[in-house]
Amino acid sequence: MLRLDCLRSTYSELENCLVVTIMGAVAAELHSLGHRPNFFYLQHAMGLASSTGLGLALCLPEQRVIVLDGDGSLLMNLGSLSTMARYRPKKLVHVVFDNESLLSVGGFPTATSTGTDLEGIARAAGVPRVATVRSVESFKAAVTGAAHGHELTTIIAKVEATGPAAYVTDLSLLENRFQFRRHIQSLERQ
Amino acid sequence: MPVSLTHSKLIYDGLKECDIRLLSALPETWLVHLIRFADEDPEVILVRLAKEEEGVGVSAGAHFAGVKSAMLMQNHGFLASINGIVSFAHLYKIPLLMLISYRGSFGERDPWQTQGGNVTEPLLRSLGIPYFFLDALDTVKKRIRQAQTLAESSLQPVALLLTRDLMWED
Repeated sequence: MLRLDCLRSTYSELENCLVVTIMGAVAAELHSLGHRPNFFYLQHAMGLASSTGLGLALCLPEQRVIVLDGDGSLLMNLGSLSTMARYRPKKLVHVVFDNESLLSVGGFPTATSTGTDLEGIARAAGVPRVATVRSVESFKAAVTGAAHGHELTTIIAKVEATGPAAYVTDLSLLENRFQFRRHIQSLERQ
Repeated sequence: MPVSLTHSKLIYDGLKECDIRLLSALPETWLVHLIRFADEDPEVILVRLAKEEEGVGVSAGAHFAGVKSAMLMQNHGFLASINGIVSFAHLYKIPLLMLISYRGSFGERDPWQTQGGNVTEPLLRSLGIPYFFLDALDTVKKRIRQAQTLAESSLQPVALLLTRDLMWED
């Protein structure tokens, strides 16, 4: 399963959500499908995409928030699973693309390549709904289900360790950040 | 416990007067009353963290959502947050109001706190983080207000160091 195909399969679903991605392939691939003002790409600070999604979800409980995380990033901040589970915002969807690799720095294997089970960790942390998916169809079904559900959900998507040729996009970090904030302000006025 | 209840209340009231609606926290002795006030306050979202660096992301999310927030941490929690501060708050110009209990400074009895006390101010300076002290009753609210104002106008982290003189009664 390719991450890009997963993203493509759910791209229309992302339109009405606030989306926070990690750096690297996830950001570059989502951006390549077409940037939208409701997408925020956290191009560093590995591990904090899920914390950012939690902050958004706690402050905007009516707003659907989707975090596009990765195994390397999540392993840097496993405590985030326990914090998310503690407050379990009903409209927070936490997608983890698990390619068992730190791809953007040369493909170093992460601990999920030797058996660390992120689904098990998320479940044991107390995340109420957890699933692992291995096909684009099941990915789409899981994300769509979670995006219309009312329970904090973590979806582990097992994907191949391949990514785009380049990671830098033409969207500056600050432009993205201010646009994202403005987008949320425009929602509040509606 | 000789953590000052009245001074903690003063700090909390100062945060409320700045319209702080989300507090992230990881407990430490000097912060117990502040965390309890937040926990009992229906107007404030208290986020109890596993590690302080998460608070950078939580506060960034709150900022994007238009909610003013503050972080309660020990100075060792500040040390644990530095990558998030640099590669999120500084990189993306995120306002952070950090209330940091200044352990390991003059009067510290716990040997394990002393090394962190030595490096707190040098690190704040080297990171270019504006900081000031909460050390006297008559300036607490004003300094919280000033720190919050600067964080919002400059879109950057600003630190208030909670001192022994204010927090501890012995």
